[in-house]
Amino acid sequence: MLNDALAELSAEERGATLELTVNNHPGVMSHICGLFSRRAYNLEGIVCLPQGDGATSRMWLRVNENAKLQQVMRQVEKLPDVLALVHHPAEHEIFSLVGRFTA
Amino acid sequence: MYEMTGARAIIGLLERQGIDTIAGIPGGANLPLYDALRDSRTIRHVLCRHEQGAGFLAQGIARSTGQAAVCFATSGPGATNILTAIADAYLDSIPLVCITGQVPTSLIGTDAFQEVDIYGLSIPITKHNYLVRSADDLLRILPEAFTLALSGRPGPVLIDVPKDIQTATIRFARWPEPGCRREVPAADGEAIAQAARLIDAAERPILCLGGGIIHGGASDLARELAEKCSLPTTMTLMGLGAMPADHPLALGMLGMHAARSTNMALQECDLFIAAGARFDDRATGKLVEFCPGAGIVHMDIDASEVSKLKTATVGLVGDVRHTLAALLPLVRRRSRGAWRHTTAMLRRMYPMTLPEATVPERPYGLILKVAELLDEEAVVVTDVGKHQMWTAQVYPFSRPRQLLTSGGLGTMGFGLPTAIGAALAMPQRPVVLFTGDGSLQMNLQELATAVEQRANVKILVMNNRSLGLVRQQQRLFYNERHIACDFQLDVDFCTIARGYGIPSFNAPAGCDLDSLLRQVFAVPGPCLVNVLVGREEEVYPMVPPGAANSEMLGGFYAERCTC
Repeated sequence: MLNDALAELSAEERGATLELTVNNHPGVMSHICGLFSRRAYNLEGIVCLPQGDGATSRMWLRVNENAKLQQVMRQVEKLPDVLALVHHPAEHEIFSLVGRFTA
Repeated sequence: MYEMTGARAIIGLLERQGIDTIAGIPGGANLPLYDALRDSRTIRHVLCRHEQGAGFLAQGIARSTGQAAVCFATSGPGATNILTAIADAYLDSIPLVCITGQVPTSLIGTDAFQEVDIYGLSIPITKHNYLVRSADDLLRILPEAFTLALSGRPGPVLIDVPKDIQTATIRFARWPEPGCRREVPAADGEAIAQAARLIDAAERPILCLGGGIIHGGASDLARELAEKCSLPTTMTLMGLGAMPADHPLALGMLGMHAARSTNMALQECDLFIAAGARFDDRATGKLVEFCPGAGIVHMDIDASEVSKLKTATVGLVGDVRHTLAALLPLVRRRSRGAWRHTTAMLRRMYPMTLPEATVPERPYGLILKVAELLDEEAVVVTDVGKHQMWTAQVYPFSRPRQLLTSGGLGTMGFGLPTAIGAALAMPQRPVVLFTGDGSLQMNLQELATAVEQRANVKILVMNNRSLGLVRQQQRLFYNERHIACDFQLDVDFCTIARGYGIPSFNAPAGCDLDSLLRQVFAVPGPCLVNVLVGREEEVYPMVPPGAANSEMLGGFYAERCTC
């Protein structure tokens, strides 16, 4: 049943999360967001926090799974300031936690 | 322990990087940098007349040598002027390091005089960019910028340096190692073996060599592969020269202005082997109809290019030189007589030119006459437009880096400053620039730079007093509703050139082009020849933008074609 329901959702509507480890300095966010905006691909949500001593940050990007995602991921991986990229095929729980503030 | 200003450190790092020429223009925000440059004993500065000219001059050095080249611009308008040359380098993967001055850190974000966010503006057109926030960071950033510009898929890097960072004092114990190209290994071995099986099994394969073959220094190995497997070989605009034009397997350029025979052969092929090429729309035409039914082997150093536009049967991500070296022993030697006969027959039936088009009074004739008078030592630079496509179609390029042309961005105005850069980097080689009256006027001011630098550049203006390719598209696709394509003023380029102190000649119809060009090529230094070209001379064949490559308009023996 669940699978059938998911299949009914178009690929456009399925949420996914990209989890990035990045250098923490001004401009990194701009580099990453630019890869989406110049492909007319909306970022549905962004959570970003410094980690450890603050030299790096963890970033979660909520996106809709579509045909552009793979190309954007490959472009993200090419950025010198991106140290790691993990693709979660579902929405990450951090967004439901943050979602409390918008409820 | 060393102690010096940030500006002096930048110049010192550039010297240690082996940079001997920098093109640029000074201004308020990069004066400390220029002050430090004055003390350099090894770097020659080339003062241009517009920052875009400086960017392209550096490109001329980078494109002709394969090494990273450097350009300087000041903040604000200086920086925005140089952006077009950076975007051009980005699309053609040219290693460039651009250093811009910026207003002092304390004024950033205040709309200070000549302040513009060049860091933000350059994000989408650079491989990477920096806004330097501490003078100490220069010791890390400069070498890193060269490493990034040269490694993997090459490209431009911009470093924005606020004026107070240039004047700040730094102390350090040791100079860092200069940046250098990081080696990238061959593609995955299993994928290479799979590609070898596909190549062995193919009956009608075509090899396509792109700019990556030239960047990767892989043209010799590509040629070995073509010869071992008898692969008819086409080249993209950026790949011209990767295989000599007179090689029996060479099919010339593919795409919008290819020879009919080349696009027709591609329609028939059962395996398309792209090496260092990125399936640009000008090369493929309508993608779904490109090489219908063919498998795709795609070699590229940039993983994001593989299957970006056309799904690869096998993707080979890695250094194309190493990949080809690993592939060569795995493929079977084959003669492919029937397929080679087919492509040879197509080439005989649909030749690129005919004797009546190669007389010296016609565009092809001029280009072939120049080729006849120069040997393969010569560097050929083009601007953008009809003259560029005619040159790409018929000039017999025989070595990598012989042709310098703006492929991806198609920047009019590219030619003159790039030719000057090539002439400065390769003083022993003659440099010839094919340009148009439209393109030349987009960076005409660099004639002054050519004179000051005594650049050995021969400028051939193919003058049709119009924006020729615009005119052609209006004729073919807008019912001859011409607008804004014909210049009202017939500029006297010879008088202009003389004003800059450049010898110049008019080549009227019926003149003795042979003896004129011999005379021009015999004297070193810049020279301009104005050649009148009929407005009605079109670039054929032409695939309409957005159409499949099988829909070619015009050209010789078009009537024989049933597709």
